[in-house]
Amino acid sequence: MATQTDDARIIEFDVRTDEMLVNMGPQHPSTHGVLRLVLRTDGEVVSEVTPHIGYLHRCAEKIGENLTPRQWIPYTDRMDYLAGMNMNLGWALTVEKLMNLQLPEKARHLRVIICEMNRIASHLVGMGAYGLDLGTFSPFLYAFRERERILDLFEEVCGARLTYSYITVGGATADLPPGWLQKCEAFLDQFLPVIDECHALLTTNSIFIQRTAAIGYLSPEMAVDYGCTGPVLRGSGIDQDLRRDGEAAYTAMYDGYAFEVIVEKNGRYPQDHKYPAVPSQAVLGDCWHRFYVRMLEVRQAIDLVRQAIDRYSTATGSYGEPVKLTEKLPKGEAYLETEAPRGQMGFYIVSDGTSIPWRARARSSCFCNLSVSHEICRGALIADIPAIVGSLDIVMGEIDR
Amino acid sequence: MSGQEFLDRLKRDLGTKITGANLEAVDPWIEVSPTGLPDVARYLRDSADLKFDMLMCISGVDYFEADPKKAEKTGWQPHLEVVYHLWSVPHKRSLVLKVMLPRWKNDEPGEIPDIPTVSDVWSTANWHEREVYDLSGVRFTGHPNLRRILCPEDWEGHPLRRDYVMPLEYHGIRGR
Repeated sequence: MATQTDDARIIEFDVRTDEMLVNMGPQHPSTHGVLRLVLRTDGEVVSEVTPHIGYLHRCAEKIGENLTPRQWIPYTDRMDYLAGMNMNLGWALTVEKLMNLQLPEKARHLRVIICEMNRIASHLVGMGAYGLDLGTFSPFLYAFRERERILDLFEEVCGARLTYSYITVGGATADLPPGWLQKCEAFLDQFLPVIDECHALLTTNSIFIQRTAAIGYLSPEMAVDYGCTGPVLRGSGIDQDLRRDGEAAYTAMYDGYAFEVIVEKNGRYPQDHKYPAVPSQAVLGDCWHRFYVRMLEVRQAIDLVRQAIDRYSTATGSYGEPVKLTEKLPKGEAYLETEAPRGQMGFYIVSDGTSIPWRARARSSCFCNLSVSHEICRGALIADIPAIVGSLDIVMGEIDR
Repeated sequence: MSGQEFLDRLKRDLGTKITGANLEAVDPWIEVSPTGLPDVARYLRDSADLKFDMLMCISGVDYFEADPKKAEKTGWQPHLEVVYHLWSVPHKRSLVLKVMLPRWKNDEPGEIPDIPTVSDVWSTANWHEREVYDLSGVRFTGHPNLRRILCPEDWEGHPLRRDYVMPLEYHGIRGR
């Protein structure tokens, strides 16, 4: 006898299912590195997610206790390896804060150019890889094509394409090469229309919207409670960006720059007149909004780089000579957070008065962003887990340090 | 509110739970007694004009120098510090709390010291306390799931202790 029902769920209700533990990772391609998730599932529904981390633990903090701050810079590269410049910056600024070092104006603008360019590169990977998580390959190729161009520019600046160690205590290891600014501007002009292509490929794609809208909802209260930062926090509607709200040691870098924090206020984003409208299915705090905040930040970064190029070209003086490799640190301690692409990256340095820090601590943004995953994955379908974890845009190198 | 006014207010409202402060440091900090920590944490989070609703970081710092000559230079008594960096989202302000602990509980080497958990105040503390337990060797009493987080679960010792020695081997892998 055929079952007399229109609702498929009623039939499913009759099927007895046992709870099952499913291991996702550490080599699952959608986990952005070596993350292992243990899912407790009932049929297709996930009732509990337990992340297991530490596969990439390289004792960075212990190494930091045995090297001078400038020697530790290459290790910070290897934390968030998609945004090495921003990691260098965080540590360099923290040490400068402890040493009470004032930087020449040109060094400030140079750092803004480099860090915002790295933010674009990092968000491009975030976007492309998120497409991969959801099963579409083309956006990844578009994103990597553009990222390659940024890496080429970085290669010209410091010789490296991934682990730069360019920004260092006291400024940067070298000045920008002649003619570089024109190349950078040419890249920005070329890149601007590509963002629209990316929006066409993902942001407004109806399959993408169905996979991400109203999925992985993170309430603003929970985001604050779990210490989520960066696009994850702003995607939940909390107005916080350290480039505007941070400590003076960091905001001085962006002093005089015009930019608006990318966050939804009264139902609209600051730049939404130029960009695709928020789909009706999306809820503030879901995967779609986290993705969208990142995409708008790419646009914002372009504006910031352009402003910085103008200021850099007119600034006079030194680009910021690095301090001596074995420069003595004053006794004391300092903690500083910076707005890295993935959230607020904090560094804490304790010094006993020698040139080697007593303690070097890295507060990882992804570490906190990932810790909320068990809350936002609860009750989701297995197929949605990569979508939710991918929307947090984690980098395991930074989580495990 | 200046640093001194803020400290006076905390001392008035929380009494002996505030045991010291350093307002001259690069990042001024307030010292809290281990037993009073949960109350101080709740007070800082819930007071309407403070609202330290975000816990940014918990770090364990081990002040121990094995070389007596160097130890004399640093001027530090051997002890362990747990440092809490707080942030207020509505007011965009930061605050540093410190808790001083003995390196070993009851001076028995190997017995790690206790401190009450704040994971029920800020959920961030859940993973951060696991990390401090794992690397610096501090037991957070009342923590819902105090397991190692970065090192394997059968790892011995706490690597960020200053007197930590790498094991000779771990499951057949040479250590040093």
